[in-house]
Amino acid sequence: MAHAQGQQPAIAAHAQGQQHPIGIYLKIWGLLFVLSTASYLVDYFHFQGYLRWFLIIVFMLLKAGLIVAVFMHMMWERLALMYAILVPLLLLMVLLGIGALEADYTFFTRGVFFLKGLL
Amino acid sequence: MTQAAPANTAETLPLADGVQGIVADWSSDQRAFKNVPWGKAMMWIFLLSDTFIFSSFLISYMTVRMSTTEPWPNPSEVFALTLFGKSIPLILIAIMTFVLISSSGTMAMAVKFGYEKNKKMSAILLLITAALGATFVGMQAFEWTKLIQEGVRPWGNPMGAAQFGSAFFMITGFHGTHVSIGVIFLIIVAIKVLRGDLDHERPGFLTGRKGKYEIVEIMGLYWHFVDLVWVFIFALFYLW
Repeated sequence: MAHAQGQQPAIAAHAQGQQHPIGIYLKIWGLLFVLSTASYLVDYFHFQGYLRWFLIIVFMLLKAGLIVAVFMHMMWERLALMYAILVPLLLLMVLLGIGALEADYTFFTRGVFFLKGLL
Repeated sequence: MTQAAPANTAETLPLADGVQGIVADWSSDQRAFKNVPWGKAMMWIFLLSDTFIFSSFLISYMTVRMSTTEPWPNPSEVFALTLFGKSIPLILIAIMTFVLISSSGTMAMAVKFGYEKNKKMSAILLLITAALGATFVGMQAFEWTKLIQEGVRPWGNPMGAAQFGSAFFMITGFHGTHVSIGVIFLIIVAIKVLRGDLDHERPGFLTGRKGKYEIVEIMGLYWHFVDLVWVFIFALFYLW
């Protein structure tokens, strides 16, 4: 993948836009097909529990990474743009944590409420 | 040489790399995003905000799914289709995934041929991308119809937790809207490419800026983002 960058440094430097050989797109396309098939097979073969969640997350992140890095040309951009777009996404981890805490609490109070109804 | 140096001396200065490059770019007192057309940086920033919208949907879905006391309907069974007398789990969703990934592949190649000023190939690939996108929306409409006929509503469904319907219609509906808007813009960009608007730098309908082949790449960023969101929906809503 590094050769794609080195091949046409002059073109990239003159703001002619992102030009890369067609092969890299076809390879990534094929890889995305393989990864999608793999994540479908996780469901097809009824994997359950932590193995299922682990595989789903791994295939999801690999696919997302390939799309952003190659199809969206992020790996050839300058670090200033890369960081400006990718670092703010870490904030979502905070929202995820708050959501999980809140959901646990709601589930607990619902449990207490419905239990009282039974008594 | 008696003459002074040319006015645009800045171009000859090499840009720093690594962390030093980040600091230099951001503190340069010029534009922060070097080597990137203005429109492309703005599209990236729009996509960042859109990421937060979809993340809010997906995190809310996680919250309601974790907090419901009813069992969550099994997506593997809800989205199964009977083909050739056999029930195959999640098959329509798998086909939709492959269709959208293929459209991303054709889009990436359309951008490449655009920069090479190969009008015909670029326009053909853009139109194939649009056709695949329309196919995706069509299959989604089929899926919605099937679920609505089975009694799934935003406020309840016969299979389990009531929140399933609201999460499903909200998330896939918002994504489908993005795909539909993308298809419309793909057709517009394809017409611009085919007509030679970008070769002759004709300004667009809503702007005075000159048309350039970078708009194909900017369109591509949006389209790949739509595919990217589907990767997350597929994993977190359909497979979980």
